Amino acid sequence: MAASPNNTPGAAKTAPQGFVYLPLIVGWLVPGAGHFLVRKPGRGALLALSILSMFVLGLAMQGKVYSSAHDILDILGLVGDLGSGLLYIVSRVLGLGADSVQITTADYGTRFIVIAGLLNVIAAVDAHNLRTGRKPA
Amino acid sequence: MFAPSHFTAVLLFALCASVVFGITQRETPQRMVRYGLYCFLLFVGSAIVLSWIMYFIAR
Repeated sequence: MAASPNNTPGAAKTAPQGFVYLPLIVGWLVPGAGHFLVRKPGRGALLALSILSMFVLGLAMQGKVYSSAHDILDILGLVGDLGSGLLYIVSRVLGLGADSVQITTADYGTRFIVIAGLLNVIAAVDAHNLRTGRKPA
Repeated sequence: MFAPSHFTAVLLFALCASVVFGITQRETPQRMVRYGLYCFLLFVGSAIVLSWIMYFIAR
């Protein structure tokens, strides 16, 4: 009987065990949590601090949290906001963020919120890559 | 309400984005720090250069 590559002792050490998408999902829901799951707490803490700071600063600048999409730019903004995971859901539930942009600072804030979501997606994918071994730990 | 100047907003944006880029795009801590600094300087530097270009175009 031919042995499969995963049955060799060397392959058993490197093959990812369990649900490899868990750090990706958890990292998306809670910024930095994916790195805590893959035992990189320092990186996770820095990522959480950066992404949370950016999101909170955006809200403090009275940035808009997208709730619906009427045109292509709104759709892109909504997709970016959804990248924040639970931060987006909590802010929507609590009614945080402005409904419309009135002043220049609020426009900066809207971008901060969108970019926080996009950075969170990058961080979650990085946690997934660490989990699968695509990125060296 | 937090109302920073445009340049302060650039600095805050560059700081947060550079930390995430540094950690996610490089493997070792030393290279993360170097890449983070590189990104920060590029963010801030490009904002300053573009600002001066727009200043001279507007005149």
